[in-house]
Amino acid sequence: MLANFQNQFASLTVGGLSLGFIYVLIALGYTMVYGVLRMINFANSEIFMYGTFASIVVIRDVFKFTQQSEPATGFRLIYILLFCLIGSMLMAGILSVFLELVAYRRLRNKGSNKLAPLISAIGMSIVLAEFMRILTDSRYVGSPRVMEKKVLGNFFGAELRLDNVIIVVAGLVLFIGLSQFVDKTRLGKAIRAVSMNEDAAKLMGVNLNFVVSGTFLVGGLMTGAAGFFYILKYENTSFNIGFELGIAAFTAAILGGIGNIKGAFYGGIALGLLETYASFFLGTQWKAVTVFLVLVVVLYFRPNGVFGEAITQTRA
Amino acid sequence: MFNLRDWGADVWERSSRPIRVLIALGAIAIAASLPLLGGTFLNTPVADYGSVLVFPVAIFVIMALGLNIVIGKSGLLDLGYVAFFAIGAYTMGLLGTKTGLNSWEILPIGIAMAMFAGLILGVPALRLRGDYLAIITLGFGEIVRITALNLNSIGGANGIVGIPTPPTVFGLEYTFDNHRLYFWTFLIIILLTIWMIRRLSVRRAGRAWESIRQDEDAAELMGVPTFRYKIWAFVLGASVGGAAGVLYASKTLFISPDNFTLQVSILILACVVFGGMGNIWGVILGAIILGYLPDRIRFISDARLLVFGAVLVLMMNLRPDGILPRKKREKALPGKNQNE
Repeated sequence: MLANFQNQFASLTVGGLSLGFIYVLIALGYTMVYGVLRMINFANSEIFMYGTFASIVVIRDVFKFTQQSEPATGFRLIYILLFCLIGSMLMAGILSVFLELVAYRRLRNKGSNKLAPLISAIGMSIVLAEFMRILTDSRYVGSPRVMEKKVLGNFFGAELRLDNVIIVVAGLVLFIGLSQFVDKTRLGKAIRAVSMNEDAAKLMGVNLNFVVSGTFLVGGLMTGAAGFFYILKYENTSFNIGFELGIAAFTAAILGGIGNIKGAFYGGIALGLLETYASFFLGTQWKAVTVFLVLVVVLYFRPNGVFGEAITQTRA
Repeated sequence: MFNLRDWGADVWERSSRPIRVLIALGAIAIAASLPLLGGTFLNTPVADYGSVLVFPVAIFVIMALGLNIVIGKSGLLDLGYVAFFAIGAYTMGLLGTKTGLNSWEILPIGIAMAMFAGLILGVPALRLRGDYLAIITLGFGEIVRITALNLNSIGGANGIVGIPTPPTVFGLEYTFDNHRLYFWTFLIIILLTIWMIRRLSVRRAGRAWESIRQDEDAAELMGVPTFRYKIWAFVLGASVGGAAGVLYASKTLFISPDNFTLQVSILILACVVFGGMGNIWGVILGAIILGYLPDRIRFISDARLLVFGAVLVLMMNLRPDGILPRKKREKALPGKNQNE
């Protein structure tokens, strides 16, 4: 087993990394909203699910790919992939802003108790998932193959497949873009200000509703990108995939320290690798259990997550 | 604004003891006669009204009451409550099929198992707060389900079939379609749970939970052993969940891991928040509505969950504190919860 693991190690790592980057992007959706509103955006998993469908719609209906089509190559491929990515991101971003308007804004302005938005989010998540279920007739929807999954090269015996490479590189670019956005731009600064102290930020003239919408938009964009990468890697989706990936990504966000952008990054990658290694040793059916056990152990010794700030003392 | 809950509390507090007994007996009589109402209007399209009343309604009420101790009374967000329900149900399933014990003998064992699980989960998890606690409990619920799914020795994905019905009591036979008898049995458990919660609420434990919910740090400073009382809330909540599990298994006679998904935890949480967190009557009302509604609106078959979700969103936006909110004076001080 162990010798086998050593042989497989590199290729497992590559697969785990690309899964990890999908988690990173979804976890960013959770963590951005949490950082600003101190609230679990329970419906983020459905936003991700809509992102995957947006990709398929673009591939199938805009570029008219069918299961028999020749995979695209060269510049046309890059153009198509970019188009899909933007389509998914826009769909998810707009949906996310809409979600905040419908499910959270009124409750937030009323200053309700903490659980009401959570139930509202659960309600929205049921609505979104059920709407898609009715639309797709509860079936899995496959994506036509846009590109040939060529092996680009070897890396310590691991095959570097094109889709995995794209996910890792594009994921890294998106992550760096997001941290630059939060660090440098005006809206990013406002987001940080609100997340540090909402009242003080308001007194300094920050338009709270605008910032919250902005946060949901950015979080949604990242989650949507994850949806596109998921389609690239697994080539099918259904109305209920949001749940499993959402839970995993949320775990990743907690693992790294929720509310912290770097935390989402490390947490996502750690979780992607961990899941892949764990499924190798124990079989895929136990992977969720391993993940949660690791989470329990980590939180037992580091209650703020590995990279988190002291959120443990903020109340319930 | 008119608040039914405050009005009810007012009437109750102004009544003398005999009148209180009368009110309580009247309420119990109304509840006990529910399965006799029959009536074609109340029948849901797929199931007989009587059976819907037993499951999901009565089971939801029991579980929502149990979860209310954890969330409503002590303010601990538990997203894995289904785990205790599952442990109770599996205790019933395994002991009922493999040993000669009957449901009444297994009930205390199931409750003890669930309490023990609550303790095991509570000791590490209750060091954490808020959303971290939520995700740990959620993980625990999933761990229990996945373990049940993958361990073939306890039925694996097929679950457990042929769980025995409860034995005959006073000549009353628990046959599969004797819904009334099941309902009355469950009603007794519900009444016991309500009695337990009401007694605890006015004693030391209830006051400790209340203080923890409003401000844990202040409670700790005032000398409340917060950790111990949080564990107690957790374990008591688990015991009620375990009891619900045992009853559920001896009613449906068949259980499988599919009965114990995260969705159940979420639904029970929705019952608690929808009805009015922290208020027993609100929670019961919430559980009745959310248990009954999805079955009742089955005629719009495909869209029924869609409507259910929309109702949740709408209700939360219109009445964020639930249908019957807790008493005003029991709400946390304004400003205290701003950063929660």
